[in-house]
Amino acid sequence: MAIIARTGNEAMAEAMRQINPDVVAAYPITPATEVVMIFASFVADGLVSTEYIPVESEHSAMSACVGASAAGGRVMTATSSQGLALMYEILPIASALRLPIIISEVNRALSGPINIHCDHSDTMAARDFGWIQIFSEDAQEAYDNVLQCLKIAEKVKLPAMATTDGFIISHCMSKIETLEDDEVKKFVGEYSPTLPLLDIKEPKTFGLLDLQDYYFEHKMPVVEAMKEAKKVILEVGKEFGEKYGREYGFFEKYRLDDAEVAIVALGSTAGTAKVVVDDLRDKGVKAGLLKLRVFRPFPAEELAEVLAPLKAVAIMDRSDSYNTQGGPLYTEIRSALFDLAKKPKLINYIYGLGGRDIGLEEINSIYTDLASAEKLAAVNYLGVRE
Amino acid sequence: MSKKLGWKELPFGDSIKAGTAEQFETGDWRSLKPIWYADRCIHCMRCWINCPDSSIEVKDGKMTGIDLKHCKGCGICAFECPVKKPGKAITMEAER
Repeated sequence: MAIIARTGNEAMAEAMRQINPDVVAAYPITPATEVVMIFASFVADGLVSTEYIPVESEHSAMSACVGASAAGGRVMTATSSQGLALMYEILPIASALRLPIIISEVNRALSGPINIHCDHSDTMAARDFGWIQIFSEDAQEAYDNVLQCLKIAEKVKLPAMATTDGFIISHCMSKIETLEDDEVKKFVGEYSPTLPLLDIKEPKTFGLLDLQDYYFEHKMPVVEAMKEAKKVILEVGKEFGEKYGREYGFFEKYRLDDAEVAIVALGSTAGTAKVVVDDLRDKGVKAGLLKLRVFRPFPAEELAEVLAPLKAVAIMDRSDSYNTQGGPLYTEIRSALFDLAKKPKLINYIYGLGGRDIGLEEINSIYTDLASAEKLAAVNYLGVRE
Repeated sequence: MSKKLGWKELPFGDSIKAGTAEQFETGDWRSLKPIWYADRCIHCMRCWINCPDSSIEVKDGKMTGIDLKHCKGCGICAFECPVKKPGKAITMEAER
């Protein structure tokens, strides 16, 4: 184990170096962050044996990943924002083919207007493509989540994206603990593909034309694999904790057990909220935080159980669904709580779009609001000028 | 293919054994049908090399017939047939 200073980008690239995938296909230019650029230097320096394919777009990057993964390789890529958007067409093909491709995804706003700063609109727009989605609070989690995503994805045969927040985590340096190369090798193990296309003794066709009579049936295994993913995510998170001291579940409860009011947040905002919670606790306010880590599959029952006893909960969305009824995290959690006999008052805050800063004061104001939650509108836009 | 498979019976991950296109009969929407006259045929293989659906049946270098389960009636074989007298070895007629 080594303690080193790394940016979020470097942390994710380091995890990729230690995994040493067979193929990385990527388009390493803005809106992607440095992840693949750093990885390309590992390739150039001979630190990995990866076949690195610099393609002409993210659409091609994901297409090349699908081809390489179907062939039987361990395959990764990285992207952000419009780059992820250009992959959208191929993402549901990867899950339908049950290919455990990994994206190191840095959350950056979708254009327009043109913007490459942090929000979750890129990842959230990819939420219904049959990909596992795991969010990271900091560079340490980004590193740990890339490693775990690979193991989870290869076990359940679904693609997965480990995400971290653009600039706030991706470009800022912090202290992280990395595993030894050998430990990573052991943790991820050898990859054995289920039906490699390059197995010429068993020739097969991938990516069928499925019309009214079979398309529906071919979607069901993805539904089931997502259910299986819920078990495997917990198993892998537990194993990671037992071996390396950092255990992971669907979410982290921060001073939540006896809390009356709480915030639910994804990614780096949770780190800031922890400071606010500590401060409020010192003042005698029973404030708590739930940091959601796994967004796909969505841990609905588990969240409902934990949130049920609270009086009021603010759900923080760093993207909007433009549906007139709240952001994606809010609508999911609201749906998860619907069947509870007694449920907390839920308030939605859409915040931080396009990298608008979210500080201690803003988060503190949410906890203040929650004291009189019944007077609040269901959906609020935090910090936007009128 | 008679009974349709349920999702639990399907092969893994949107894949299938190679070579199954042969079992899928694609000739049923043909509007023109090729007629082959064995006595006129010179076995030049022009129809065989040009057929986009591999529907010209050949054995030991000789044409033996047309696979009407897969022929879509495009007419390329009839167009390419070089035989002139007493007429082409393949002609197209309306499917009924």
